[in-house]
Amino acid sequence: MESITGLLTKIFGDGMSPMALLISGGLTMALIMSLVMAMCAIVFTWMERKVAGFLQSRYGPMRVGGFHGVLQPVADMLKILGKEDIIPDEADKALFMLSPFVIFIGSLMAWAAIPFAPGFIASNLDLGLFYIFAVSSAAPAGILMAGWASNNKWALYGAARGAAQMVSYEIPLALAAIPVVMATGSLNMNAIVDAQGGGVLNWYIVHDPFLFLAFCLYFIASIAEVNRGPFDMPETESELVAGYHTEYTGMRFAFFFLAEYANLFLVSCIATAVFLGGWHPIAGPVFLPGLVFLIKAVILVFLQMLVRWTLPRLRVDQLMHTCWKVMVPLTLLCVLGSGIWMMVSGELL
Amino acid sequence: MTATKKAHPYGGKMTFWERTYLPEVFRGMGITIKHVIHNLLHTSEMPTVQYPEEHRSYSPRFRGRHRLMQRDDGSPRCVACMMCSTACPADCIHIVAGEHPDPAIEKFPETFDIDLLRCVYCGLCEEACPCDAIRMDTGIYEIAGTTREEFFVSKEFLLNNKSDGTEV
Repeated sequence: MESITGLLTKIFGDGMSPMALLISGGLTMALIMSLVMAMCAIVFTWMERKVAGFLQSRYGPMRVGGFHGVLQPVADMLKILGKEDIIPDEADKALFMLSPFVIFIGSLMAWAAIPFAPGFIASNLDLGLFYIFAVSSAAPAGILMAGWASNNKWALYGAARGAAQMVSYEIPLALAAIPVVMATGSLNMNAIVDAQGGGVLNWYIVHDPFLFLAFCLYFIASIAEVNRGPFDMPETESELVAGYHTEYTGMRFAFFFLAEYANLFLVSCIATAVFLGGWHPIAGPVFLPGLVFLIKAVILVFLQMLVRWTLPRLRVDQLMHTCWKVMVPLTLLCVLGSGIWMMVSGELL
Repeated sequence: MTATKKAHPYGGKMTFWERTYLPEVFRGMGITIKHVIHNLLHTSEMPTVQYPEEHRSYSPRFRGRHRLMQRDDGSPRCVACMMCSTACPADCIHIVAGEHPDPAIEKFPETFDIDLLRCVYCGLCEEACPCDAIRMDTGIYEIAGTTREEFFVSKEFLLNNKSDGTEV
């Protein structure tokens, strides 16, 4: 935000009032983040299909755009733009039309506090991490709206499952990040990343064994949080048709899709910033910080795709069992353990 | 006989690590990432054939679209003996015989039509032929058309089929 407002001041001179500067800076960042989200959907749909293909000894898309079907997502986007926007007669029209955007906005808001590079953060909030977890809770509301408004039993089943799952997995997700907050002494994302500078040994993932466990738990919970396999209960294409977006077509469906892939990247970005040292490279001085951040996040995205295409889906009761009886106690253990670790090692004084 | 305490792989009590599923999860991930890496490094070994650009290579014995062999002067080698149309289980070969001007050759086909939509590509016609006049060695298997008439091929068409699959 600071760099953007600085740039705007350079372009338009000092004549802008602080309010106008704030609003135009915010709008510029919102535009950039929307573009990042759109790029996520474009890049990661292609990547997902290629990963799935190579994992199953086939190619995936090969036709559109010359090299390995790189323009396939663009073709898909154009196709989906031309689709009819169907709203079922029995649907609750207002909710039905609104819900894709609720999910999309919930995801977009969380991007505001992601530190991509030094100074490149839309809003350097003191409560950054807390803010991210808070606004991403909008997604279950959007999913419930979509499922309820569709007036379709599959959609409602999917929505109920999705809401239950996301509300449950938010707890281990947030709890797994707490040891990091304890170690940093701040919820500010920039402060968390800054504390991990100077080589791989300063990253929080290797800070102590409990933080490593916390990272693993965060990774598992984040897969559940973005509703991807093996935790894709809200969609479960083999039993619920397509889950909460069964009745959606055209651009409204595309927004669900966009939000899914944006969330996939979002949780990877959070993990990168919180556990994997953000823009700090493995060794040496900070070099191309945005690129380093991106590479780490994309590796995590790749891991999530690998998990999705490897493991079979859990049953609903197994899903809840995993969350409440395994992951929540383990994350609590992480909080306790790393607290004791820090006390013994004298960091907490 | 007492039951053994050892956990059976397909039943019985699972051990702690089996109940966490984690070793098997990591084993599965290991297998899939091995596949990804192997396929990335050896792309050409993947079984997929990029069809319209690439074709699978078939054995020379593969039975494709039929062709009629020619004599040195370009006339059909066929003597209209009706062996092939008799042998044909799909009844797809229709021959009208005519008297050959050369007294050494008794008959020749005035028409020789094959209904490719009825043909089952069994190869009995080439086996039945006493003078090696009909062969199925063109290797052509992409037989497509928009009307039924296109599949009803004539003597002239069959004479122009070459063994390497090209048409003249």
